[in-house]
Amino acid sequence: MTEAAPKIQDYAVIGNGRSAALVSRGGSIDWLCWPRFDSPSLFGALLDPRTGGSWGIAPALPAEVGRRYLDGTNVLETRFRTATGAATLTDFMTAVSEEDKRRLLLPEHELVRRAVCEEGEVELVVRFDPRPDYGRARARIRDAGALGLRIDMGSWLVALHGRAAFMPAEGGGVAARVRLRAGEAVAFALTFSAEAPGVVPHLGDAAGEKLALTAGWWRRWAARARYDGPHRDAVVRSALVLKLMSYAPSGAIVAAPTTSLPERAGGDLNWDYRFCWLRDAAFTARALFGLGYEEEAEAFCSWLLHATRLTRPELRVIYDVFGETVPRESDLPHLGGYGGSRPVRTGNGARGQVQLDVYGEVVEAVTHFAGRGRPLDRDTQAMLRHYGEYVCRHWEEPDNGIWEPRGERRHFTHSKLLCWVALDRLLALHRDGRVRGIPAARFAENRDRIRRDIEERGWNPKLECYTQVLGGETLDASVLQMAFLGFAGASSERMRQTYRRVVERLGAGPGLVYRYEQSLGGREGAFAMCSFWLADFLARGGGSEDEARESFASTLRYANDLGLFAEEIDPDTGEALGNFPQAFTHVGLINAALSLEERERRDCGRLTVAAAGGRPQAVREVRP
Amino acid sequence: MNFDDWLLWGFVGTVVLSVVVAAGQGFGLTRMNLPYLLGTMFTPDRDRAKLVGVGCHFLSGWAFALLYLAVFHSLGRATWWLGALAGVVHAAFVLAVGMPLLPALHPRMANEQHGPTVVRQLEPPGFLALHYGVGTPVAVLVAHMAFGAILGAFCDIDLR
Repeated sequence: MTEAAPKIQDYAVIGNGRSAALVSRGGSIDWLCWPRFDSPSLFGALLDPRTGGSWGIAPALPAEVGRRYLDGTNVLETRFRTATGAATLTDFMTAVSEEDKRRLLLPEHELVRRAVCEEGEVELVVRFDPRPDYGRARARIRDAGALGLRIDMGSWLVALHGRAAFMPAEGGGVAARVRLRAGEAVAFALTFSAEAPGVVPHLGDAAGEKLALTAGWWRRWAARARYDGPHRDAVVRSALVLKLMSYAPSGAIVAAPTTSLPERAGGDLNWDYRFCWLRDAAFTARALFGLGYEEEAEAFCSWLLHATRLTRPELRVIYDVFGETVPRESDLPHLGGYGGSRPVRTGNGARGQVQLDVYGEVVEAVTHFAGRGRPLDRDTQAMLRHYGEYVCRHWEEPDNGIWEPRGERRHFTHSKLLCWVALDRLLALHRDGRVRGIPAARFAENRDRIRRDIEERGWNPKLECYTQVLGGETLDASVLQMAFLGFAGASSERMRQTYRRVVERLGAGPGLVYRYEQSLGGREGAFAMCSFWLADFLARGGGSEDEARESFASTLRYANDLGLFAEEIDPDTGEALGNFPQAFTHVGLINAALSLEERERRDCGRLTVAAAGGRPQAVREVRP
Repeated sequence: MNFDDWLLWGFVGTVVLSVVVAAGQGFGLTRMNLPYLLGTMFTPDRDRAKLVGVGCHFLSGWAFALLYLAVFHSLGRATWWLGALAGVVHAAFVLAVGMPLLPALHPRMANEQHGPTVVRQLEPPGFLALHYGVGTPVAVLVAHMAFGAILGAFCDIDLR
């Protein structure tokens, strides 16, 4: 049984709010890090099919493959049809309520795979080849009979449970063949225990019960999405993806569950995204609050306040799920990389960068939080005050900017914009009595100076648009955020001109844009998040409702068959590029959809007023 | 045992312990805030939790001072270094056993098996409370050594 190496978009993701696995279209788990997103991989074939390790379950004969998520869940169903029959493979990580956990003794982590033969007869090949520590450690698989195949990893235990006659396989690991006739099923559970003794999971009927509990949990969670706009399915799928990227014990949200999937095929733009970027904070808070996921949004804001405590008033760019500094960037030279894209990296070098925009992002996220009537305790008020003072002292300095280029620091317009946001929101919180004791006159003076600087030096009269850096000639899609953040109305002349110029110079086809001009010559893909910003901008008054809908639908077409997005999209082939799935892209999708929904509601209200003979209201700028 | 000594030096020891941990916070070594951790057992209000927590902290400080004094009595001597040594044992127990157990005792603390349900809760401290900063074990160790040293140095254990 051979198959071509899967494309990035050929993967699906499953998880339990603490870790995630990538499953290929061919039924192979090629990426799994336990116990946390940023732990070393147990299966890493995604980054090297020979060294990384995987766990495949697929028919022995060539098969047609179809797949889907069970409605409203993160439970994956892959259907195989062969010349002799058809079988369905259901993959999920057990995800149940805390009440159910107290009732059932469950393993710390459990990945369940259940195959059911639906027609005829299907022979399945099960190949289990774990390679701990990114393939650097040798997995000694010990057959403990009814207690399963066990791999001791120091004080940790990984065990595979399930009825099959496993034999050592050529090339490593163990393999078994399982023949199923119509109506028969076989289940396997892979468990992880950090605290001995491990829990031996029940299979057979119990696997069906776990499936029912897990699917039920996800469906109840998905049903809470408060969204009535267009493309509801895509929005709910994005919310489910975002939930998979969240680390429930702390409320943190990682950018992606993978490392080193290339932004440039065969190239070296390979980064570790299994950490939490403060840059994403404001967008994430708006997406979660906007969809009505208040607990997740509050947990995220809580994590934000907790994580940043050690370094305040200075903020780092990235933190791990418990708010610690991320590891130094290092290479894994023994891994060949996805599609030969090397090096494979762990840790992230952006950890030492200066990005002034993070202050605005954090303050904006806290503003969303406070805007829901939550009181801000004295510590949080002091922290916000210190951020404002830090911004006043440093906004005139150059930084590394939102896209984290590894070159010299520059005066990025986007960074200045977010400095303006930090001071503007703090002054608003002060006016509302939420943050006391801030030097309002000083903050207001700096805020106004930043605005003047952006309007005078960030605007290029020759190009008629806002530019990437102050006094610059190059374009950057991040300036479209001025509308999102309330710096300039989307319908203002300057923003409309900027939008036109961005589409003209950075456009990569319908609904697609590159993030900046430096992408154009570098075989980098169109940036999916920025592409959703186009629809968001149009929905906020930069264009008509129809234009916004069309732009949104155009970008949506680049999702894979399950509705998942990577960081970038190859405009020529439509293939996914970069780490997968990418939380930031799905946050962009949700926010654009929320803007569309609000635009529809507003236009509908205006039509109703007009139909009733009243005077239509002037179009109000939508504020996040 | 001298009752006044126990009250006075138990109080002083707890003050010093709190100051050392708070200094660790101030210097960016740890996010550990003992009064806050204790107070949130009773209320989710952050400001109120710190107040309640300070009260609980002093009560537990006196309770632990009793244990230290019992140790001094059984050994028949009380010196600053013996107290500091008891502090090392105390800190090791708190970090290695107490902190990982805390999520089971604390009604508003998540544990590392929590999820995917999210509720707004305190992060679990983890082994050696490392989730609260890599400098946490050092801050907790120094604080408990200071606590023990004060009790050992100043408490009259009256061995007659």
